[in-house]
Amino acid sequence: MPKIKLPSKTPFIDMTPMVDLFSLLLVFFILTATFRQQEPAPVDTPYSISEKPTPDFNNMTIVFSNDNRIFFNVDNGPDTLLKYRNKILAEMGKAYNIEFTEQELRAFEKLGNSIGVPIENMKAFLNTSDTKEREELQTGIPIDSLNNQLANWVLYTRQINPNVVASIKGDSKTEFPVVRKVLDILQDKNVNRFNLVTNLKSVKVEEEQTQQ
Amino acid sequence: MADVGGSEAPKKGGKKTIKRKVVRIDMTPMVDLMCLLITFFMLTTAFSKPKIMEIVLPEKIKKDKDKVEPPKIAKSRTLNVILGPENKVLYYTGMVEDPKNPPPLQVTDFSATGIRMVLLEKNRALFRKIDQFRNDVISGKINIKQDSVESAIRKLKSDDDTGPIVLIKAYKKANYGNFVDILDEMSIIGIARYTFVDISWIEEQMVEKTLGITPEPAAKK
Repeated sequence: MPKIKLPSKTPFIDMTPMVDLFSLLLVFFILTATFRQQEPAPVDTPYSISEKPTPDFNNMTIVFSNDNRIFFNVDNGPDTLLKYRNKILAEMGKAYNIEFTEQELRAFEKLGNSIGVPIENMKAFLNTSDTKEREELQTGIPIDSLNNQLANWVLYTRQINPNVVASIKGDSKTEFPVVRKVLDILQDKNVNRFNLVTNLKSVKVEEEQTQQ
Repeated sequence: MADVGGSEAPKKGGKKTIKRKVVRIDMTPMVDLMCLLITFFMLTTAFSKPKIMEIVLPEKIKKDKDKVEPPKIAKSRTLNVILGPENKVLYYTGMVEDPKNPPPLQVTDFSATGIRMVLLEKNRALFRKIDQFRNDVISGKINIKQDSVESAIRKLKSDDDTGPIVLIKAYKKANYGNFVDILDEMSIIGIARYTFVDISWIEEQMVEKTLGITPEPAAKK
C-alpha cells in the first residue's frame, strides 16, 4: 500500500483580512475616544428623559456624592490658552491669603477631574503626586455659612468666565438638605439657571392614558 | 517569523527556473497587539455623554431690598406636590387656609400609575388639545410640515394657560433622585408652570401626620 505522505508544513492562516478589520476598528475607536473622567467619588446620577448633551466647555460642575461631600469642577474655557482654571485658583488664593506658585497653578490647570479639597489643603494637594494621599485630602469643599468656599469658587468662576453655566451632578441618594443648600448658594450668587446632569431613560406617556 | 515559501530542495534535472518567492509575514503578534489596543479603547471610551436637564428657579426675593410682592396665583389651579421620605410623593390641591384643619394629603409614588396619573388628570385639557391638533394634521385640516409638528406641539405645551400650577416642595428626608424624578415628570406630562418652593412647617407637620412619622426633636446645642 502506498503510504500517503503528509506534508510536514505548518498550516498557515492568512491574517491579512483580520488585520485589516482590526486596524479599521482601532482607527475608529481612537478617533471617537473621549475619555471618561475619573470622579473622585462614585456618583450615581438619576435618570431623566432629557436628551440634551452636556456642553463641551464653559461649564462649571458641582458634584455631590452620596456621603455628602461637595466637589467642584470647571473647564479651561473654549480655548486652553485662556487658562481660566489658573486664574480662578489664583483669585481663590488671593481671597484666602494663599499664594500659589506658577508650578502649582499649572498642576491645577492640568487636573481634569473635579476637586473636593478645602483651599487650605490645596497646596499640599497640588504638590503631591501620590494618588492615595490625594484621595485622603478630598474631604469635600466646605459649604458652612461661616466658611463657604463653594460660594467663592462660584463667584470667582463667574467673574473670570462670565459665560459659564452651572451644572449640578448629584448622586440620587443624596439627602435633600444638601441639595437645597447648594441651590441656595448658587441662587445667592444670582445663578438661577442650572443644568442637572442625568442619565437617559426613555418614557412615553401612552395614548390610552391620555384618552381615559 | 517571516519565512520565504518554496524553499524545498531543487528538483533533479537541474533545470533552472526562477522560483517565485512568496514572502509570508507572521501577523499574529500584530493581531495580538491590535486586539489589546481595541479592547483598551472600547473600555475607556465614554460613548454616551451624560445628558443634562435644564431647570430655572425663580429669582430670590430679597426682603429688605426691594419690596416686591411674590406673584399671586389662582388657588384652584394650584397643586402642591411634596416629596416625602422613601420615594413617596404627597399632594394636595389648593392651599392650607386653616393650620388647625389642613386639607388631607394623598400619598402616591413615582411609578407610571402614581403621580403621573394625578398630573395627567390635571393636565387633561392640554392633552385633548394636542390630540385634536394631531387629528387635524392627519385629516388635513391644518396644513403643516411633518418636521414642525413636534415643535408646534411643544409650543402648545408651553403656551398652555389652563393646566395646573405645580408647587414642588421637599420634605427633609427626600433625596436628590426624587427631586430629579419630579422635574422629569413635569417634562413628561408637559406641565408648563411649575416651580420649586420651600416647604412650610405646617406642611412638614402634615407629612409627618399622614405618614405617621414622629418628628425628631430639634437638635440641642
